[in-house]
Order: sequence, then structure tokens, then C-alpha cells
Amino acid sequence: MSNAAVTAATSSRATAAGKSALARLGEAFVSRLVILIPYLWLVFFFLIPFVIVFKISLSQTAIAIPPYTPVLGFGDGLAGFFAQLNELSIDNYIWLTQDALYVNAYVTSVIVAAISTVLTLLVGYPIAYGMARAPAMLRPTLLMLVILPFWTSFLIRVYAWIGILKPEGLLNQLLLATGIIGQPLVILNTYTAIFIGIVYSYLPFMVLPLYSALEKMDYSLIEAAKDLGCPPTSAFWKITFPLSLPGVIAGCLLVFIPAVGEFVIPDLLGGSQTLMIGKTLWNEFFANRDWPVSSAVAVILLLLLIVPIMLFQRAQARAQEQDR
Amino acid sequence: MNATWSRFNITSIVLGFAFLYLPIVLLVVFSFNESKLVTVWGGFSTKWYVSLFHNQGLMDATWVTARVAVISATVATVLGTLAALTLTRYTRFKGRTLFSGMVFAPLVMPEVITGLSLLLLFVAVGLDRGFLTVTLAHITLTMCFVAVVVQSRLITFDRSLEEAAMDLGAPPVKTFFQITLPVIMPAIVSGWMLAFTLSLDDLVIASFTSGPGATTLPMKIYSQVRLGVTPEINAACTILIAVVAVGVIIASLANKRREFQRQRDEQAAQRG
Repeated sequence: MSNAAVTAATSSRATAAGKSALARLGEAFVSRLVILIPYLWLVFFFLIPFVIVFKISLSQTAIAIPPYTPVLGFGDGLAGFFAQLNELSIDNYIWLTQDALYVNAYVTSVIVAAISTVLTLLVGYPIAYGMARAPAMLRPTLLMLVILPFWTSFLIRVYAWIGILKPEGLLNQLLLATGIIGQPLVILNTYTAIFIGIVYSYLPFMVLPLYSALEKMDYSLIEAAKDLGCPPTSAFWKITFPLSLPGVIAGCLLVFIPAVGEFVIPDLLGGSQTLMIGKTLWNEFFANRDWPVSSAVAVILLLLLIVPIMLFQRAQARAQEQDR
Repeated sequence: MNATWSRFNITSIVLGFAFLYLPIVLLVVFSFNESKLVTVWGGFSTKWYVSLFHNQGLMDATWVTARVAVISATVATVLGTLAALTLTRYTRFKGRTLFSGMVFAPLVMPEVITGLSLLLLFVAVGLDRGFLTVTLAHITLTMCFVAVVVQSRLITFDRSLEEAAMDLGAPPVKTFFQITLPVIMPAIVSGWMLAFTLSLDDLVIASFTSGPGATTLPMKIYSQVRLGVTPEINAACTILIAVVAVGVIIASLANKRREFQRQRDEQAAQRG
């Protein structure tokens, strides 16, 4: 068969199916667009910025605008690129490991975040459990009540605690008036205030995943355990807690990861005596105007958090699979 | 047995909600305090609200914040909905893991990192810091929250509705706008509201990415809080809380009504 015949046959089939082929082409184009638009946006505004942070963390501080020496551009052609490659330095990272301030700030931040996460779990679990056992009619309202504070400004909620925790604040007034304490407690500007602030601000993040895990639970399992003579406490540890574990993990990661880099809470409630890495980064950037060092601080913070963040992403993906 | 609500359960809920709400209630109460001291009650007064409206800096910041929040929430809702569709509908394409990572990571990423990295991007591409850069930064952050909200609705969506429409000859794009979109609309609306309040609320990312002339309300409040707690800030905060609370209540009532209407329609359809 000649080529012309093949072409003719194909083209006649194409005409018959013309409309649907065109429609299919359009469909493919639309679905490609649906993926590409958010994809490219996130690559440009989320992924590339990290590359830039890493790049600048290898540069030197300079009195200029922007305040760092230029690194790795193709502005001077390929030769310029290789010349600049030699100027890259890990001085900022060496500086971070040698100054005890930074090491301390990282260690303290991780410890503070870990303690706060455990405290949030201890406060949040009974609330989530109570909500999950509430009459079905009440549950949407309770859920709404947990979410509502989350809609009010984070800054405002942290600010509200200053008035409560101050030496002459409302908590001390109450405790002094009732005679529980003889002299005002010093809470503001200590780590205790940071713990309170984190537990308070992040509580909804803990309660919501816990609630959704506990609500799905089949309570006849507990009944069965009880019937078989299992005491309530061990029924809790052997049945309820393991079944709520996905919620516990999701909630803990949702609190822990942002808490490590938290700025507002340590700044407003922790005062100048407390040390946390988010505050260090902020001061390095805004007070010292040292962009390269603050970039290096950010890179190391990100490395610290990369494992928890990946765990979080995997937990989310798994939850999504289960919901299907 | 499932309905047993023990005394322990009730107590923990009551205490938990007291903990969540008491600080906010106290903040609101003391915004009506006559005395300049925030923690000592000196009688009822609305003078701080009056002085608030004469504070030009605060008013300007409010206007900037409102514009940033409306624009960024709207763009973020479109992008976030597309991202949610991608996550739920296209399970196999190159770089899907990277994509879902980029959607979920910003939810937990410490704000100082996001703020710094976006600022360095804007400097690198030579974009002057100001209104535009704050808006772009907020779109990026909030679109991920919208994506999660919309995605959770899309997962439970009954796809046979779409299949039926397409079997009847509706092209996919038309099916999306006539079937899918109306069903997921409540999730899109709450996604928009979440994006709006997150943008209204943000201090850290705005501080990094904004420039002269684009001071947002949280930045203004923060700089005043550092100077000391004043009833005027309490008043500003109270207004913000009221605006958000009214918005949320209206949205949830509207949602409930739509849900009720839908149930009635379904019942009618079954009977008919």
C-alpha cells in the first residue's frame, strides 16, 4: 500500500472522530493546566527561594544593598561563574558551630518544642476524648468551638497572655486575693510563659487530629474489654491509645515543627532572657542585618526539621489514602 | 454505651474551653476599661475605641491589611483549589511526591524560614518590597491551607455524579463547573475564609516581605505591643475578633441552611 493511501485512510478516520479528538486534546490541555499552574507557582515561590537561601548562606556579609557579596550568577559569563565558585565559603556555618549562642539556641528550641508538644498532648487528649464521646448532636458545635479561636489572630491570643501573666497581672491578682500565694509569681519572661503560650496557641492543631481519630473508633471494643474484666486504665492503654495513634502523631508533628522555629511567642512572652532559634534568626536579620548568617541559621533549622516534615507529609498522604 | 458522657469527659471539655476562651474574653473586657492600666478595672468606657479611630497610622495599616487579605485569599483560593484537584484526581504524574511535599510542607514550616526565603527571592529577582510582595507571599502560604480544606471535601465526593453527567454528553470542563464546583463550594468558601484570616493575622512573613508604605495591621500592633500593653490595642484586637467571629458565624449559618435545603430536596426527590 502506498503512503498516500495510508494518509488518506488516517485522515478520513480523523475526520470522523474529528470532534472528539479535538475535545480530547482540549481536555488533556486543561488537565495539564490544572497541574501546571499550582505546580509552577509552588516551585517558583516555595522551592526556588530555598535554593536562594542556601546560596546566600555561602556568601559574605557586605555593606551594600542587598547586604551580601554576590554569589554564583551568570552575569559575567561562564568564566565569572567559575571564578565565583571559588569564593563560596562555609565560614557562616563554621561561625554558627563555634559560637555557643547558636548551638544553645538550637538545642533549647528543640527541647522547648518537645516539652510543649507533650504538654499540648496532655491538655488536648482529654478534650478530644470528651468531644468524641459527646452526644452526636453536640459534636459539630464543640468542633466549631475548638476551631473558632484558631480564626482569631495568633498575635492577639499571645498578646492576651501578657496581661494575665504579668507580675501585677490578672493571674497574680487572683492568686494573691485568694491567698494561695504570698507574693507575685514571676511567670512572664520565663520559659514557663513560653510553654503556656505554645500550648494555648497550638491546642486546636492537637485537638482536631486527635478528635478525628477518636471519633472513628469503635467503642464496643472497650465494652468487650470491660466485659472480659479489663480495668479501664489498661483498656485505655491497650485499645484507645493505640487506635488514636495516627491522630497523636499528626497532632504532635503539627505542634512540634512550627514550635521549634516559633518567633512571636518567645519574643512576646519569653522576654530577653530566653533563647530560641526563631528569635535568633529574626534578630540576626532585622537587628544585625546579617543576611548570610541568618540564611545559614535557616538552612540548619530546615535540616533539623526535614525528617519531622517528611514524616508529616507521609502521615498526610496515608490519611488521604485511607479516606478514599 | 457510645453515648455515655462521663463526668470526667464533661469536666475536661469545660476546663479546656475555659482555657481557650478566658484570655480572649479578658482581652475584650479590658478594652472597655476606663483606666489606662490594662489589668486594673477603672470603670466602663468606650474612649479607647474613639481614640482608635483617630489613630491615622492604625487606620492606614488596617486598609493595607484588608486589601492584601482580600486579594491574596482570592488568588490563593483559585490556586489552592487547582492544587487540591491535582492531588485528588491525578494520582500518577511525574513529580507528584514533590508536589504533595510542596503543598504540605508550608503548613508546618516555621514562618521565619518562609519569610526569609521569600524575601531573598524578591531581592534576587529585583522586586521592590511592598504591597505586591506581601500579597505574593500570602498567596503562597495560604493556597496550601485552601488546598488541604478543599482536598478533604474532594476525597469524599461521589464521582458517579460526574460520570453520569459525562455519560449524558457533558464535556469535562462543563461537568466541573455545573456538578463538581457547586458540590465543593462550601469547602471553597471556608478555604477562602481561612486564607483571609491567615493573611489578616500574619506578622512574621509580612515583616520580612513588606516594605515602606505597606505596613500591615499585625506589624503595627506588634510594634506597639513591644512598647507596652495599652487598652487601645485591646480595642483594636476586639474589633478584629468581632469581624472574624461575625464572618465565621454567618458562613456557618449559610452552610447549615444550604445543607438543610439539600436534605429537603433529597427527601423530596426520594418521595417523588
